[in-house]
Amino acid sequence: MKLSDLHKGDSALIKKIETQEALKTRLASFGVVRGSKLTIEACSIGKQTMEILVDGTLIGLRGEEAKQIEVEKI
Amino acid sequence: MDTIKIVLAGQPNVGKSMLINAMSGSNGLKVGNFSGVTVEKTEVCFEHHCHMMEMVDLPGTYSIRGFSQEEKVAHNYLQGEEYDVIINVLDSTHLQRNLLLTLELLKLNKKMVLALNMADEAKKEGIEIDVKQIEAIIGVPVVLVSANTKMGVEELLEKIHEVADNPKREDSNIVYSDAVEEEILDLVQFIDAKGFSFRDLSSREIAIRLIFEDKDLYKELHDEPIMMELQPRLISALEHLYLHHETKNVQEIKYNEYNAIARGIRMETVSCKRNRGGKNRTKKIDDIMINKYLGIPIFLFLMWGLFQLTFKLGAMPMDWIDAGVGAFGDWIGSTISNESLKSVIVDGIIAGVGAVLMFLPNIIILYIGIALLETTGYMSRVAFLLDGFFHKFGLHGKSFIPLVTGFGCSVPAYMAARTLKSEKDRLITLFIIGFMSCGARLPIYVLFAGAFFGAEKAGNILFVIYISGALLGLIMAKVLRVVVFKGDDEPFVMEMPKYRLPSFILVWHTVYNNAKSYVKKAGTFILGASILIWALATYPNQPLLEKSYASKIEQIKDTQKISQLENELKMKKLENSYLGQIGKASEPFFAPLGFDWRMTVALEAGLAAKEVVVSTLGVLYAIGDEVDETSNALSNELKANISFASAMAFIVFVMIYLPCLAASMVFAKEAGGYKYLVYLFIFTTVTAWILSFITYQILI
Repeated sequence: MKLSDLHKGDSALIKKIETQEALKTRLASFGVVRGSKLTIEACSIGKQTMEILVDGTLIGLRGEEAKQIEVEKI
Repeated sequence: MDTIKIVLAGQPNVGKSMLINAMSGSNGLKVGNFSGVTVEKTEVCFEHHCHMMEMVDLPGTYSIRGFSQEEKVAHNYLQGEEYDVIINVLDSTHLQRNLLLTLELLKLNKKMVLALNMADEAKKEGIEIDVKQIEAIIGVPVVLVSANTKMGVEELLEKIHEVADNPKREDSNIVYSDAVEEEILDLVQFIDAKGFSFRDLSSREIAIRLIFEDKDLYKELHDEPIMMELQPRLISALEHLYLHHETKNVQEIKYNEYNAIARGIRMETVSCKRNRGGKNRTKKIDDIMINKYLGIPIFLFLMWGLFQLTFKLGAMPMDWIDAGVGAFGDWIGSTISNESLKSVIVDGIIAGVGAVLMFLPNIIILYIGIALLETTGYMSRVAFLLDGFFHKFGLHGKSFIPLVTGFGCSVPAYMAARTLKSEKDRLITLFIIGFMSCGARLPIYVLFAGAFFGAEKAGNILFVIYISGALLGLIMAKVLRVVVFKGDDEPFVMEMPKYRLPSFILVWHTVYNNAKSYVKKAGTFILGASILIWALATYPNQPLLEKSYASKIEQIKDTQKISQLENELKMKKLENSYLGQIGKASEPFFAPLGFDWRMTVALEAGLAAKEVVVSTLGVLYAIGDEVDETSNALSNELKANISFASAMAFIVFVMIYLPCLAASMVFAKEAGGYKYLVYLFIFTTVTAWILSFITYQILI
């Protein structure tokens, strides 16, 4: 399941992040790595952007990037 | 006196700049609640316990290994410069994420102090932090501070002295995962057995760096004989780790390890007694503010309100200032007997500077609005809301921050564009910042909107001008993206900071500094420009012309005819002045846009600073006729002398053409060379000319 398939209020565990190195670094510095637990806090119209909560930090993410993150819904 | 050189490093929104303020008592720094206020490193000095404290405030970065401009600034400084102590500032309420940067900083092997900022906020949220335990794990002193209440600031300063006096930092006791620890142990045993030592690094530190492929260390160890024997061991160690972590990306393994360590430290040292109230509040506000359907209407409403407020609330003090300046000019004028001296002071200096000062209230209100957006944390939400929209135009949601700052002043806006990581996104943003009309263009719009639409409609017109300028900028961004800057987009990943009540002090600093620099400009640059324009408008002397009119006037008794002739003389004198000659020379270029030579001159003067446009118009239109003391003197003159179509074309031209001299210089620096400034000049002038032409031809 992709992160972009989740809806507001859903929680999930990150399984895999398949994206370019720069984005991986950025995500990691926010605490978004394999095994992190996240909650979807908000989505903008058409899921162009999503707001996720990871370890107490709110992070804004573009829908395109959310497609590159593999998750497992919990 | 000894100097202690201190570097402040930390993630964005941890209150580094404010902590410097609290430590030094200085107030020169701007602090904001969105990524990247401190775009350049800032230096502050003060004395403490007979030591000179020299502080360098690095831009806030989530990592020092990244690729953004700011991360490079921070990394290069930390790696290459000489300094004594790093203060790593952390947000106590987001310790885990902040510790990720701490782990990277530890690798620099420098003396360090951790300042856990916002300790008061953490306490309110029921978070308790075991400082001693963090110290034991990380191996550097940890101090709870609050830049807001100044709690712990003195203790932090004491610790800095202590740490600076220590010859060396203690080793940290950070433990990696079992798999990594096993490999570390293996390598350490081998390194120790060989009796190998390198720089000031411990065997463990060498082993860790080798495993995580530290490029610098590999470069330095390249010629060491031990490398030959280390290599097979390293390969087998990495193979084990690959298996364990299910990836062959060492960096990824490192991030996973760091995250696990940070989580471990948090679980060991932080306890949360109550349900976190602050976060719930942020969640609740976010439910409304970035609601799928309400978010954008709310944002547009707030922006509209800001512009209405700017105009309506600003109108009153504007009238007072206008009346005050007029009365002051009269009073000064009556005390001077020399005609040309009186003219330079009253018509040149007082009229010019007064016209600029009049708009101070508007500018203060606009800056208060922008400062409020910044300090409350709403700015990041706007980036979140607008990214989908901006992305369609080839921009990044983060471009919003420099763009909206551009409504205040282009100079900080150009600098704020550094938060954009991709070079292309950054350049496109830089190129269109000018389309966001800066505070200095506001007086021109207020003047023309007031004159041609009346005071009631002016607020709406102003809103239309700003919005259409912004939309035009977006269209231009798309054009640039498709034609000039092709290629991949930068990912959108940004922190949404907690909502905070705006701090009065922060808003005050921002507004005060901006207002001060505006007035300073009025007192220096614009004063000089006013005198210059007055002189250009007055000289060369034309005694022949004056004589011929004087004799004509003498022959006539009718007073109405006399004043008519006097006006004619003034007009002719102005037309033949240096300024008139310059305007006339470039008039053909602007004639298709419906500009007369006076408007042309005003525009050209505006290349120096946009404020000068209004003061030039003030000088040019006030000289030709009787001075009217009502507050609307200039706008009445404009209405009488300029056609509606020309006025609209003029507004369009002002909206688009090159920003002021100061901003242009900053642009050249940020874009990476003067050739970009040439591009910008061509780009803006051509666009401005074409669109003004269309406006004029439609309306005429």
